[in-house]
Amino acid sequence: MFYVSMFFQYASQYLKTRLTYRIDTVIEILSDLLFQAVNLIFILIVFDHTASLGGWNREEIIFIYGFFLVPYALFSSFFNIWDFNERYIVRGEMDRVLTRPVHSLFQIIMERMELESLFGVITGLVIMGYAATELGLTFAWYDVLIFISMVLGGAFIYAGIFISIATIGFWSDSRTDIMPMMYNIGNYGRYPVNIYHKVIRFVLTWILPFAFVGVYPAAYFLNREEWYGYAFLTPVMGIVFFSISYLLWNAGVKRYRGAGN
Amino acid sequence: MSMYLEMIRVRFLMMLAYRTNYYSGILIYSINIGAYYFLWSAIYGNNEEIQGLSVLQMTTYVAVAWMARAFYFNNIDREIAAEIKDGKVAIEMIRPYNYLGMKTMQALGEGIFRLLFFSVPGMIIVALVFPISFSANLSTWLFFFVSLVFSFIVNTQINLLTGIMSFFLFNNTGLIRAKRVVIDLFSGLLLPISFYPLWAQTVMTYLPFQAISYIPSMIFTEGFVGKEIFNAVLLQAFWALILLIPIRLLWSLAKKQLIVQGG
Repeated sequence: MFYVSMFFQYASQYLKTRLTYRIDTVIEILSDLLFQAVNLIFILIVFDHTASLGGWNREEIIFIYGFFLVPYALFSSFFNIWDFNERYIVRGEMDRVLTRPVHSLFQIIMERMELESLFGVITGLVIMGYAATELGLTFAWYDVLIFISMVLGGAFIYAGIFISIATIGFWSDSRTDIMPMMYNIGNYGRYPVNIYHKVIRFVLTWILPFAFVGVYPAAYFLNREEWYGYAFLTPVMGIVFFSISYLLWNAGVKRYRGAGN
Repeated sequence: MSMYLEMIRVRFLMMLAYRTNYYSGILIYSINIGAYYFLWSAIYGNNEEIQGLSVLQMTTYVAVAWMARAFYFNNIDREIAAEIKDGKVAIEMIRPYNYLGMKTMQALGEGIFRLLFFSVPGMIIVALVFPISFSANLSTWLFFFVSLVFSFIVNTQINLLTGIMSFFLFNNTGLIRAKRVVIDLFSGLLLPISFYPLWAQTVMTYLPFQAISYIPSMIFTEGFVGKEIFNAVLLQAFWALILLIPIRLLWSLAKKQLIVQGG
């Protein structure tokens, strides 16, 4: 309960700062839309030159992309801690966080939240809606529940991966270029994994399980029965990866000695 | 001049001090290029070539585009924005050097570091794993490096422009992000410009972005031949000159506009 009220306090503070830099907020939402459009354009252009991608057609790939946007929007609204190392470890902000009686990870997530990214949920639903009509897909009432659990699973997978990488900062204070590249690797989960080499498929399934934030869960809604097993693993993977990152975080905090004097 | 050289050196040494994590970066880059390779192989399917590029050339294109990105990429727009936000820029501006020149030199130091410790070893590793064609032609390499220098200049100029914009917007993370997305798409990093529909290609000839990634990558893969190479490099040089004008204008406006927040 305490955490819920903390969340609303942070959220209202956040909205205040956003309203101060109003133009910037608008530009940020526009740049998100632009980003989403760029990936769509990529798919459209690629299908100008080919009819299918590993046996999947254009609308199916667009549907996967639309699905991906929803958990990704949740992730980028709340777990966008790619600059954790620089912001909290190098500058010593972590000391301030640790003196407070709220779990440090929760505080950082709250401080770094970017609620305007939630806009991506709408874009995702619109894109999925378009593709679903083109493909003539039908959904049962319980599909909504399955959708929600898969979206949450996907968001927690993303969160788990990025928090785990952020915890590297507790062990080593040197700068990494890993974070930006991770965003790129995340993109590969949006394409049918059967086009990749075994090794990459393995990585995308079990090590950096981005395929669970795209092609696997979307396969369920596209009635691709050969992938159902993976599709239903999505929430499980979310719980597992988020728990791992949580444990890593706690271990890291214990090891944290602070930077400078 | 020696002052600016010193700045390149200092930034280079600073990067060198933090080099260990770059090796993990190479691995990540390789996975990235690898995934792209399979994606493109699937896109090609049974096609021999698309828009004059074979699968082999396409793989090379992807690899070289990403490795070149390590060289020209920098965050000086974000650094400038941060310095404006902190108010540090006021101190920087009374120092006896050109602020923008200093930022460019720092970016160059960073770029040279990444070229030597990231792109070159990265390219060798990628070439061992994936089929990549290296040109045997000396002039191709020569033109490639010239065009790489221009891609650094043009990209840095665009970064400076975005950075200067924070004098007017105060908080411009949104703009910085938008710029990054636009560059990824319009520079030819994600897709060669020749893959776009014709009308889009026409629009892009009037924009500076293809000077950043498309031109050096096409030169490297020998997608450009003969006179095309020459024209492409000239186009880059043209943009490098043109972009000086808005930078000058905005910078003098910005200096008048300067409001240091807080402090």
